[in-house]
Amino acid sequence: MKQIHVPGEQAPPPASGTEPEQASMPPGVRLGTVSFVWRPWLVLVTLVLAAAAFLVFCLSIGVGDFPIALTRVVATLFGQGEQVDEFVIMDLRLPRALAGLIVGLALGVSGAITQSVARNPLASPDILGITSGAGAVAVFLVTTTGGTAAAVTGSVGLSAAALLGGLGTGLLVYFLAWRRGIDGFRLILIGISVTAMMQAITTWLLTSADIRDVARAQVWLVGSLDNRSWGEVEVAFWGTLVLLVAVALVAFPFKPMHLGDDVAAGLGVRFGRVRGVLLLCAVLLAAVGVSAAGPVPFVALVAPQVAMRLGRWPTPPLIASGLVGALLLIGSDLLARTVLPLGLPVGVVTAVIGGPFLVHLLVRANLR
Amino acid sequence: MAAQFTAGTADVKDVARLAARGVTVGYGDRTVIDGLDVTIPPGVITTIIGPNGCGKSTLLRTLSRLLRPTGGTVVLDGEDIGRLRTRDVAKKLGLLPQAPVAPDGLTVADLVARGRHPHQSWLRQWSSDDADVVRRALAMTGVADLAERPVDSLSGGQRQRVWISMTLAQGTDLLLLDEPTTYLDLAHAIDVLDLVDDLHESGRTVVMVLHDLNLATRYSDHLVVMRAGAVLAQGHPRDVITAELLHEAFGLRARVVEDPVGDRPLIVPIGRAHVRPDA
Repeated sequence: MKQIHVPGEQAPPPASGTEPEQASMPPGVRLGTVSFVWRPWLVLVTLVLAAAAFLVFCLSIGVGDFPIALTRVVATLFGQGEQVDEFVIMDLRLPRALAGLIVGLALGVSGAITQSVARNPLASPDILGITSGAGAVAVFLVTTTGGTAAAVTGSVGLSAAALLGGLGTGLLVYFLAWRRGIDGFRLILIGISVTAMMQAITTWLLTSADIRDVARAQVWLVGSLDNRSWGEVEVAFWGTLVLLVAVALVAFPFKPMHLGDDVAAGLGVRFGRVRGVLLLCAVLLAAVGVSAAGPVPFVALVAPQVAMRLGRWPTPPLIASGLVGALLLIGSDLLARTVLPLGLPVGVVTAVIGGPFLVHLLVRANLR
Repeated sequence: MAAQFTAGTADVKDVARLAARGVTVGYGDRTVIDGLDVTIPPGVITTIIGPNGCGKSTLLRTLSRLLRPTGGTVVLDGEDIGRLRTRDVAKKLGLLPQAPVAPDGLTVADLVARGRHPHQSWLRQWSSDDADVVRRALAMTGVADLAERPVDSLSGGQRQRVWISMTLAQGTDLLLLDEPTTYLDLAHAIDVLDLVDDLHESGRTVVMVLHDLNLATRYSDHLVVMRAGAVLAQGHPRDVITAELLHEAFGLRARVVEDPVGDRPLIVPIGRAHVRPDA
């Protein structure tokens, strides 16, 4: 009577080496005690992205009033350059390029985490209020205390304020959205509300502030890599590095989270804890990024989605998302300084690229 | 005393691998189940049935440790499941929640491979053992030739087979399935339940929640009938399913007749429309 399947009928012969008509399994790789699944395409895409990011990074360093050829840039970076180049690159240009690289990486990875956790491509730090919260607090510092606080603490004070603002807003959204667990839609709706609130506060601060402070705040609010100092870059670098290591360590239990909370729990993931730690890392990464370059829009939203499509991967791949973010940010900055009219901040360019992409995502979602 | 204690534990182990003892559980302030006792017999298919909102799924979720009871304990192999590590539970008990969703583009092989997660670690993310188990799970559920396809491109019945395959790859001999036939047409529901029967034939203990009473009767060896968060009756379908019980549990007027093809009772609901006057 059973027409369907009888166990054993299709079961493979035990311990036999050749299994001709078996399903092809993802091949495994072993490096010492470490073993993982070999994904040739994703690895290839990641390597190409890394190479492209490095190329644009070097190009970006070469471009300026004193142009330096690509080969000389590379030589200088590896300590083989001439003295003139070394001064221009190490003291003047490298901080800007490094800031772009680090901020792009941080925002890309942050977006990949939030989108994975919420299982929704709209859940990026831009939309969850982290960026606007950082902006509001930074503008608060600039406008209310005016020259005094800014003069005392310098740009590092601004970065610290942005960091605290981003972290605070991120936590606020998380706790408001938490109701016996995190639901993606609820998280996004609350994120949008809080973003609107933070933007209203920012606007209010700007309208009631001294005009010189407003100019200062505006430049920061668009997102820019201008005038980066080694101090800021160093803070962003160490912050991002520590957070990326933390993410790498908790990324393994995170793997089944894409299948939903119940399935993940069934597979032995303590998803409440894992998700909390990862979201905290994502919020901090975004806040570090924003504190170093201002609320650069859309990088965290777009990078993971591009990485997914390039890597042909069903969920945002962490490393590739970070690399796309870096590529997008340095590339936009390079574009802003070369092709486009002078003085355009990088945030404008990422918005011009990111805006249409978001529309594209929404239209595609509607078509389903 | 120690010997006595050990003997007691072994005893529990033999009788039941999974049991709820005086379990009280709810959501927030609302208590769904209050002081419930149930023992899952080993090696057979147990199905929990009952009217909507009676706490069937809540019970299954509690048994699988997705929900923590506010009172009482769930015992898995003689140990309080609440004291076990999540990972250790996942090595003993496979769970398929209601209507799971895979991300778009995830392939069948990758989804089923995810079932190996409790056996993997940061350093050891994939081994030849894993590959063997996944291959067997795919073959057993008849989805081996779909391995490369994205899960979202499959039909509902195939998709459900794939999810069951993932649960199998977990390598547990205790399977908890929450409404595995939801959204499936009757032919696909039968197909999935035949598969569940295969799994039980190969020695696994299965606990399911089902809505369809006749399917539950046909495919289960042990029925747990619930009403309002309590167990109303339990036992073999032949002993449990009576017109009186159906009325008591569901408020359903029905005739219980001999199944023309099976060896279990068949439930014929009466209702109001198109019923002969002599019914």
